[in-house]
Amino acid sequence: MAYDSDILIAGGGLNGPALALGLARSGFSVTVIDARPLRARADDNFDGRGYALALASKRLLDAIGVWNRVKMNAQPMLEIKVSDGHAAEGPSPFFLHFDHAEIEEGPMGFMLEDRFLYRAFVDAMAEDERITIISEDSVIAQTPDATGVSVALASGRTLRGRVLVGCDGRQSGVAKRAGIKRTGWGYGQTALVCAISHEKPHNGIAHQFFMPSGPLAILPLPGNMSSIVWSETDENAARIHALSDDEYIEVLRPRFGDFLGDIRLSGARFTYPLNLTVANQFIAERIALVGDAAHGMHPIAGQGLNAGLRDVGALVDVLTEARQRGEDIAVQPVLERYQQWRRFDTASLVAATDLTNKLFSNDNPLLRVGRDIGMGLVNAMPGLRRSFIREAAGLTGDLPKLMR
Amino acid sequence: MQASQTTVDPNEVAKFEAMAAEWWDPNGKFKPLHMLNPCRLDYITSQIAGEFDRDLSAPEPFKGLRLLDIGCGGGLLSEPMARLGATVVGADAAERNIPVAQVHAEQSGLTIDYRNTTAEALAEGGEQFDVVLNMEVVEHVADPLAYLTACQQLLKPGGLHICSTINRNPKSFAMAIVGAEYVMRWLPKGTHEWDKFITPDELFALIEQAGLTPVDRKGFVFNPIFWTWSLSDRDLSVNYVTASLKPA
Repeated sequence: MAYDSDILIAGGGLNGPALALGLARSGFSVTVIDARPLRARADDNFDGRGYALALASKRLLDAIGVWNRVKMNAQPMLEIKVSDGHAAEGPSPFFLHFDHAEIEEGPMGFMLEDRFLYRAFVDAMAEDERITIISEDSVIAQTPDATGVSVALASGRTLRGRVLVGCDGRQSGVAKRAGIKRTGWGYGQTALVCAISHEKPHNGIAHQFFMPSGPLAILPLPGNMSSIVWSETDENAARIHALSDDEYIEVLRPRFGDFLGDIRLSGARFTYPLNLTVANQFIAERIALVGDAAHGMHPIAGQGLNAGLRDVGALVDVLTEARQRGEDIAVQPVLERYQQWRRFDTASLVAATDLTNKLFSNDNPLLRVGRDIGMGLVNAMPGLRRSFIREAAGLTGDLPKLMR
Repeated sequence: MQASQTTVDPNEVAKFEAMAAEWWDPNGKFKPLHMLNPCRLDYITSQIAGEFDRDLSAPEPFKGLRLLDIGCGGGLLSEPMARLGATVVGADAAERNIPVAQVHAEQSGLTIDYRNTTAEALAEGGEQFDVVLNMEVVEHVADPLAYLTACQQLLKPGGLHICSTINRNPKSFAMAIVGAEYVMRWLPKGTHEWDKFITPDELFALIEQAGLTPVDRKGFVFNPIFWTWSLSDRDLSVNYVTASLKPA
């Protein structure tokens, strides 16, 4: 029975294309099925969204031929400053300061606008003859059997592959159809996301202020621009989002402070409800889940895409290794290796992110004193500080080959 | 003499399919073999690639190599070798394994020449191979030297012989017999007789007597926390594997 491709990928966002490129480079044929038109997001206007790519993610993009297409548009993150803030009070004197000069690998990460990253993925895929892209179509049914998986598309087409990978987000249809249940909870918080331009240079410094209503992250973009991820309670966020652009900046200004001079809005504003949704299984018969389909997490510290790219690296490693051994790549023991690898990492990341948010999004005075002392302690201990920097750079744990 | 080519009786296909499913169930009766298999395959593929200068990242890297898998069972090693492009003969002295392996190879879309025969019979028939896989067999044969000599005769000059077995010491007794057969019930009681186990030095000596040159040996080490096997340069105390060459 012939296969249209070795691997079928449902979802053409960011993890889908990254996986397609990684697998194609290992010699697999891949078909990517995406509901949107191919270049829907690749227009020239900045839409205000950006990603904080950990160093490990940058290495993966390098290995799959994407980094050289975006590096001129990437802003290195040289330092991260974390502080406990109160609106209009300014940050507390205790803060954490992570400087890339303390680790030898270089900047901890890079900020990159969504439009550049997506376009680079599309261009790189177009140049690889092992990748087929099916746009404006979606998977509506999937049937695994002894030798592969058959997939029905909305257009009426059917495709056959050895494995189907769901890169189809937190509402993953692939997971649902495979009977994989999810565990999730909301935080009662919504992230307000936008980009701002500012008077003074940011010098490559990222800031994270922990406020009682939720964290505010200021991430440096190229030039005098920064990306803002501002988390508020759902009610506040809805009210703030309804404001006009001018009023919005007025509300942001006291939280932001004046360390970058005057600030102005640049591009559109987005809101994302913060919730956590983890698939109870990352695999099923002839099926694997990658990225938000496996674990949609709180976007504090930009770990969503970074965790997704770690899935990508791990799945490429597992499938490549299996093929080079002559194993059937799509049997349960092989997919199980991917699940084991990623579930452990994910569980600890989800727990840490969850705990950080619960600890910091809180105005209990005792807790506040405790965390200020904690941050001061971490800051005073170079060894511990270095391990936090390596964690932020994504250099800890069992790294996939594409990230080494 | 040509060993008999078993053809599958259509009336028995369902039975053989069920037996194949059993052989290939990673959590079934052959679970220990499935757990060990990735580690065995890592060793085998890297040895073949090194000896015959093949690139494992290329498609069908073993194309053009004729390979014999002795004691092929359900085809747990024969299938990966065929998938990597080798021309595979799978031999098993147990007649019932042959149709089972044939049925599964067909399901996998692979062409493998499975035969109900022995190494000695194949050697008498004058068959020649680039690679002979002799995995977990030597501890079950009555005359290891005669058996290894047949393996040597089956190789072309410069051919590669890979042989794995179980060491003989108190630890291997505890692990392979008490642990695997009695405690974990991974293997039927009586699968192994401890006095037939061979130490690495004894095996190297036998391999040399059989006319082969030993070139490498490594341990297969079980990690009871992660339930995985890995290769070890130093720990050959229980399961181990050797590579040897027929002088060109």
